[in-house]
Formats: sequence, C-alpha cells, structure tokens
Amino acid sequence: MIPETGHFALVLALAVALLQMVLPVWGARTNDAALMRVGPALAVAFAGFISLAFAALVAAYVQSDFSVLNVYQNSHSEMPLIYKITSAWGNHEGSMLLWVLVLGLFGAMVALFGSNLPQRLKANVLAVQASVAVAFLLFILLTSNPFLRLSPAPAEGQDLNPVLQDIGLAIHPPLLYLGYVGFSITFAFAVAALIDGRIDAAWARWVRPWALAAWAFLTVGIAMGSYWAYYELGWGGWWFWDPVENASLMPWFAGTALIHSAVVMEKRDALKVWTVLLAILAFSLSLLGTFLVRSGVLTSVHAFATDPARGVFILMILVAFIGGSLGLFALRAPMLRQGGIFAPVSREGALVLNNLLLTASAAAVFVGTLYPLALEAWNGAKITVGPPYFNFTVGLLMVPVVFVMPFGPLLAWKRGDIAGVAQRLMAAFGLAILAGLAVAYGQAGGPALAPIGIGLAAFVILGSVTDLAERAGLGRVPAATAWARLRGLPRAAYGTMLAHAGIGICLLGIVAETSWSSERIVGIKTGEGTTVGRYELTLERVEPRTGPNYRDVAAVFRIREGGVDRGTVTSSKRLFTARNMPTTESGIRTFGFGQLYVSMGDELAGGGIGIRAYWKPLVTLIWLGAVVMAFGGVLSLSDRRLRIGAPRPARARRNADAAPANPAPAE
Amino acid sequence: MTLWIVFLALTAAAIFAVLWPLRIGAGGPAAVDGTDEHEADLAVYRDQLAEIERDRLSGLIAGSEAEAARAEVARRMLRAAESGGRAEPGSRASDRRRRIAAVVALVGVPVLAGGLYVMLGSPTLPGQPLAARLSDDPAKADIALLVRKVEAHLEANPNDGRGYEVVAPIYYRTGRLDDAVRAWQNAIRLSGSNAGRETGLGEALTARAAGVVTADAQAAFERAVKLEPEAVKANYYLGLAAVQDGRRDEAIARWSRMVAGAPADAPWLPTVKGALDKLAGGGATPAPAAKDANGAGPSTADVAAVAAMTPEQRSAMVRGMVERLAGRLAQDGSDLEGWLKLVRAWNVLGETDKAKAAAVDARRNFVGNDAALAQIDALSRELGLGS
Repeated sequence: MIPETGHFALVLALAVALLQMVLPVWGARTNDAALMRVGPALAVAFAGFISLAFAALVAAYVQSDFSVLNVYQNSHSEMPLIYKITSAWGNHEGSMLLWVLVLGLFGAMVALFGSNLPQRLKANVLAVQASVAVAFLLFILLTSNPFLRLSPAPAEGQDLNPVLQDIGLAIHPPLLYLGYVGFSITFAFAVAALIDGRIDAAWARWVRPWALAAWAFLTVGIAMGSYWAYYELGWGGWWFWDPVENASLMPWFAGTALIHSAVVMEKRDALKVWTVLLAILAFSLSLLGTFLVRSGVLTSVHAFATDPARGVFILMILVAFIGGSLGLFALRAPMLRQGGIFAPVSREGALVLNNLLLTASAAAVFVGTLYPLALEAWNGAKITVGPPYFNFTVGLLMVPVVFVMPFGPLLAWKRGDIAGVAQRLMAAFGLAILAGLAVAYGQAGGPALAPIGIGLAAFVILGSVTDLAERAGLGRVPAATAWARLRGLPRAAYGTMLAHAGIGICLLGIVAETSWSSERIVGIKTGEGTTVGRYELTLERVEPRTGPNYRDVAAVFRIREGGVDRGTVTSSKRLFTARNMPTTESGIRTFGFGQLYVSMGDELAGGGIGIRAYWKPLVTLIWLGAVVMAFGGVLSLSDRRLRIGAPRPARARRNADAAPANPAPAE
Repeated sequence: MTLWIVFLALTAAAIFAVLWPLRIGAGGPAAVDGTDEHEADLAVYRDQLAEIERDRLSGLIAGSEAEAARAEVARRMLRAAESGGRAEPGSRASDRRRRIAAVVALVGVPVLAGGLYVMLGSPTLPGQPLAARLSDDPAKADIALLVRKVEAHLEANPNDGRGYEVVAPIYYRTGRLDDAVRAWQNAIRLSGSNAGRETGLGEALTARAAGVVTADAQAAFERAVKLEPEAVKANYYLGLAAVQDGRRDEAIARWSRMVAGAPADAPWLPTVKGALDKLAGGGATPAPAAKDANGAGPSTADVAAVAAMTPEQRSAMVRGMVERLAGRLAQDGSDLEGWLKLVRAWNVLGETDKAKAAAVDARRNFVGNDAALAQIDALSRELGLGS
C-alpha cells in the first residue's frame, strides 16, 4: 500500500501544480483576490503531496520492498540503514523526485513566509514555480517513474553503486539541490516581475534572501561534493574540472554575481535589467547542470541515467524555460526604467566589475564544458578540454576578482574615494606582502607563484577584517566605543566579512595544496615503510575484513613523525559482492589543517602492495573556506529576516524598534 | 479497500486546498495573502529611509550623502504612491470566476489524478517489505524467497549441512546447477555421505553436463549404491552411464536386476521397464532420468554419441531436441507436460526470453483451463520468469 500511496500522491501533486500554474495568474490578470489566494494554499498542498510521495519512496527503500522496481535496482537488503535511505536518491528516478521535493518545499516557504510580498507578485511567483514543477513531474511520471512495480517481487536487490555507498550521498545531493532549486525562486521572481512589467528596488529586496539562501546551499553543496570525490575516488585530487562539477560551478558564478548585483539594485535602483538577467541565467545554468548530469550526454560517476528519451525530454524543458524566459526578457527589458547613476569608482562600480569577471568565468567554464560536446555533435571530432584550460582562464579571471574584493565594501555608494580606500587598506596590504616574503624565504626554491598566492589570500582575509575595523571606527574613536560599535554592527556586515574571508581561506588551501603537496607511489611489504612529507609510514599488516554487503582487504599503516608515534591510518580495497565491483577506501588522517592521505593499490606479484601516499598541507582549508563563506551567507540571511520590509503586526514592530543593538545593515 | 479510502482522502485534501481560499469572506490576514502592492513597496522604502538615518548617526555616511540618498528614496516613494493610485481598484473577487475555479478543481483534480494513476499505477499490488515476506507463512511464499531464507540462514551458520540439503534440490529444479552441485558437496562434507546426497550430487553433475553422466557423477552414484545397494535413482543412472559408455550388457543387467527386485507398484517401474525394453529392442530412447527436468528424450544412439562430443556439439544436440519439442507443440498445443518441459528446458539452456515466450504460448493454449494455467504460473514463478 505504501508505494501505491506514494504514486497517487505524486499524480495528485501534478494535478495540484497544474491548478497552481493557472489559477493565481488568472487572479493576477483579473485582479481577483480570491483566485490569487489559491496560490499559497496550493503551494502548501503541493509540498505536502510531494513530501508524502518522497516519504513513501524512502519507506519502500527502508523496508527493502523489492516489488518496487526502483528499489530492486538500487538497493540491497544487507546495506546499513543509512545507505538504504540515501539510495532513495542515489539513482536517477529518486534524485529527480528529490529535486521536485526541494522545489515544493521552497514554494511552500514562499507561500508561508512571503507575507511581505505584494499579492500580485506572490501569485505570479507561485505560478511560475508551479510551471517548473509541472514540467519536472511530467518528466518523472512519463520517463522516470520511481514507483513502477515488479511482480513477482525478487528476493534480493541489485545493490547501490558501491561508489555511492558513502555518507557523502546523504549530504552532497540534497545540499546541491537546495542550491540549484533555490535559484528557481529567484527565477520565478524574475519571470513574475517581467510578466507584470514592473521591477524596482523593492523587488530586489524581496529576491535577495532567496538568492542568498540558494547561494549558501550551493556553496556548501559544491564543497561537499569536492571533498567526497577527494576521499572516495582514491587519488587525492579535490577538483577535476569534470563536466558535472563544472555544471555546478556555472550557476555558482552566476549566483554569486546575482547576490552582488541585487545589492546595487536594492540600494540604488540601478542594474535592474542586468539583475533580472542574472536571475534567469542562474536558474538556466542550474537546469543545464541537471540536463548535463541526467541526460547521459556526459558519462561520469554522476550520470547514472543514460537514456536518450529522457535526454530529449529534458532538452525540451530546457528550451521551454530558458528560451521562454529569455524571450520574455527581450520583450520587456527595454521597457524597464533606468535607475540611479554612479561614477565608475564607487561601490556600484566595484560590484559591476565583480559581476563582469564572475560572468566571464561562468562563460569560460561554459565554453570549456560544452564546446567539446558541440564539436562532436557538429563533425564528430572528439576533443577534451582539460584542466590546463580551466586553470588558466578561471585562474586568470579570479585574480582580479580576489584582488579588488577588499576594496568593494570600503568604497562609498555613487562616488568613491579610491585613494582613501587604498590608504585604509595599506596595513592589510603591507602585512600581505610580508606574508608573501616570508613564504618566499621559507620555501626556498618552491613554486614561484606560491608567495604571490599566499600574499593574495592574506590580503583578502586581512582586507575583510579591515572593513569591519573601519566600520567600528577602530583607531579613530576610543576603544570602548569601537567595541560597542563592533558589537552593534549588523549581522550582514559580519556576513560579508566572513564570505570574503572564506574566499581567502579557500585560496590559502588551494595554493598550499598545489604548491607543497608531496606524493609517494611505492610498493611495500608488511613491515616496510616509506616517508611522505614529515611522516614515516610503516605497513603494519594487511588483513581481510567482512562488511555487511562487501568484503575488503585493509592495509593498516603506523604513522610516525620524527620517531614519535602518531597512531595508525587504514586504507582498503572493497569488493561489493552483489555487483562484483571494487572500490578503494582511502585512509585519511588530519594533522592541523593538513591531511595525510593513503590509498591502497593492487597487490604486487612479489607479495607486497602498491600504495599512493600524500601529505597535503592546509588542504582542509579549501573546504573550510567554503563552509565559512556559506556561514557568512547564512549570517546575512538571519539579519535580513529581522527586518523583512513589510507592514508588520504592531507587536513585531515594537520589538524591532526596541532593539537598537541590531540596526539594519548598510552594505 | 483501505488504499482507495486513502486515495479518496488525498484527493479531497487537494480539492479542499482550492475551495478553502475561494470561500466567501476568506480575505485572511496579510500574512497569508501577501500584501497590497502599494503598501508593500512603501514598507521597503520606509525601511530604507530608516537605514540611511542609522548609517548617518553611526558616521558611516556623511550628512550630505545621506541627504542625497534620502531624496532618492523619497522619489521612489512618490513613484510608488503614484502607480498605487493609478492601479484600478479592481473587482477583487467575482462569483463567476470563483465558481469556474471551484468546478475545475472538483472535476479536474479527480479526473486527471485518477486517469493518470489508472494508466501508471498498480493498485492491486500490495507493498511487499522484505521482512514481512520473510516472516510470512512459508506456504504462501514463493520459491525464490524460501531459497533466500535458507541462504540467509546458511550465511549465518555456514556449517549447517541440513540447510544445504534443503536448498540443493531447489537449485537443481530451478536450473541453478552450479549452486546445486556446490550445495550437495557442502551437504556431504558437513553431514556425511549417504545415498540420497550422493545421488543428488550425481544428478546435479549430470544435468550440468547436459545429460552426460560424467566420471565425477558416476563416482557419486557408485558411492550411493555402495551405501545403499537398492538405491533406485543411482542404479538407474549407473545403467545410463553404461549405455553412454557403450556397455549395453552391463546396463541391461543392472536395469533388469532393478525390475526384478521391484515391488509391483513402484512408481518408477514403468520408466525403467520402458528404458529396458527400448534398449533390448535395440535403438530407442532411455530417458536420462526417471523424472528428469530436462527430459527431452535423446535416443540411445544419441546418448551414446554424446559422451564423445565436444561441449559445443553437445549443447547443439540438446538444443536441437528442445527445438523439435517446440515444433511439435506449435502444431499440437494440447500437451501440458510438453509445454512445462519446454519452459524448463529453455530456462536450463539460459534462454530466459524463449522460456518466457514458451510460457506465454502455453497459457494461450490453455485459456479457460484453470488447473493448467495454475501449473504454468507456478512453474514461471519457480523459475523466476515473471507471470
């Protein structure tokens, strides 16, 4: 009964979404309050039905109900509970259902928390959202239905792809989808505003929380995906410029540009056309990412669906939404009123520069990812665009972004004083130079770019701290006053600081990892050892082990640093019996911010085993930086909620007025 | 029944989500509906003004800049007020539209959801959680599941010979011959040798060799006969081995001894007698086993020749026999035993698709004959062919 209830709930969700797509818009066109009110009610109902469907699928997985084809194909009764749950979205059908679930939850949030929105805008936003839901539900029901049944039910499932049997599957896809689908809200806002033909500063304020939330989720989602690939694939890389990774990076660039340009739009009523375009682009790139991953155009770990019929369907969705929204944009954009003017050197100017460079980066990644595909479709030539291209283009574009970043928050709106700002950044700049020099001296003959990279990272981190110090008036006013001001600064100010510092931290990790990693690839026997970085590894024993649905051979290494025992690290080769597929489980030990990474290779003829061992200094900063960035976004968001600009109930207003310690931010 | 009640309740909830906000006098608080446009804009701008004031007070912007910013926001407010005034007061709500929406929801939701579900869903299939299936009444469980239960048990207690003994014949019958051989070997290793187990092993080995009693199989049958001289199957197979080796006299002697010592009502007696007659008559067919699953009837000469064949030739021969059977059934489809044999044979040969097709053809021939259909279905299930 559970699977069929889920199936029916899914079908009902489609019916609800169809109504939600039509009735509120009709209400908005005819200015009918009753019809517009239907929108939020249906959005909540939609979220309810889709949650029920998803819960039913998860229940079928947990119960190993092999009468459900999807469960039979992707589960095994001996998997641990956590993987039984995660395998619900570790496959094409289930992951699409998760996608729509996230869509439904975001829609319900707009319905429930969007009390400050004008009724018309809200009705249109929910309708646009529903149209996305309709397209994806049709796709699921007609080409990728997770509730198809099997009779008689087999006695055992075919197991989940072993590479996916990892805690990473519990974290990475949901976060990534929260990011991807979060941009559907900003997209819906953009299209709704274009339908209505009015976009102003207030619009930007309503959109920003959603953009910020989506961006924060996407940031962590990408970082977690990177860390997962790093430890699961077993060869120590953390970013491969794999098309699927690129597919998630493109909306991130567009989204980052969006959250910045929306600030300009909100404060200055400028860059309206551009902001709306970015909102459309961010979601279009998210859709493209889904398309690339799901259509089977690309073969990689992620492409667990390879069915051309699905590809064509997704292509139609892409054409309809991207083409439709851009068409509407072309139609309406010329009618938008231009807003405030500003000098090139100003906060706006800095943000425009940021936007140009970020979109250029997105374009570079786009070309590198799709050009080989387009070329192959055109004349059958197979080429690969490799990491050198991406490292060069994106790296080159990121240097100015990062360098200008500390200047932005310090510049005034409208007309800035670049000399004054430079003066205020002198201390940070000097310290950064010192850091670079210290590195150059310390590494004595290491990579020439390393000191520059470290200096840049230090400049960003110190620069973002400078911004806070300036706002508090540190050095200009008595220490006590400055302290009080610092504490009184809005959370958004801290959010900006953290997000920018996060970039610096991430950069620090990247530079350190690429410049100073050491690697050993050797064959050793039990009792023998090798040295990597400051650490000596000794192979203590190789032993067979048995897991719930796999067998593995584990190699246990003893770690010593300068003769001092630092514990053990274990790497293993796993064989998953149901699919007869091996995986490598790398052994990782974290010392400080660096990691010792051991990955076991094949057994050698002479009786030993081949191993790869790496020492990666500061490598964890790459992901910690991303987490800091996202935390900055969340902090900014929590501030925003305090002052959601709406006619508030009297009680809420009193509270806000009575809390001058938390004044509104002034980014 | 419960399922349909759940469906009804869900549909009702969906319709309710449309009707509730449409009801007369539903104008709820702004918190749910969204705000009046004009008010919403003004609220944002008031906030912006307050913000500028705070920035000025905290010294983040100078007085003149604050003044300019304030003027800018004030202009936006004016514009908003203007367009707010221009907006038509509107009909707000009309009964006609409300009624149309209600009808669309009342009719559209059940029709669309019901229609799609009937197309895609399988309402007659209950959910089948594995745990429940495993603890179900064994009489209701299918063979695959029973095998799984035993397998799970053996994984936990790999030294339980009885378990292997239970599962081995099922492996044999469902065509998992490698598993059958292994299970019999384990049963013998753990529970010791006896006539039944050795015979089972020999039989499985013979089936695996496409009906040829190999040296290993013969050794197993000999051990069985040593333990229990009257063992029927083992004696029969040893006779067959003799035929295949061209030692006709030995076969005749062995089978004659069996017939002589048999009680008159032994169920296997006709089979052995028949084989003996054919052998004595010089030419025709002793079936490879008294009641062999693969029994597609090789002739004596065939069987004798089989021993000398390469595996490819051998499987071609078996295939040829199965195809002959298929041809015969295509002309006259009334032989239920023949159909069952055919389905099994294709399955043993690994031709699952042909086995399925044969089952379908068989069903077509026995439309209306429930007993026959039940047998075909049972076989399909047993072989895991789907029904």
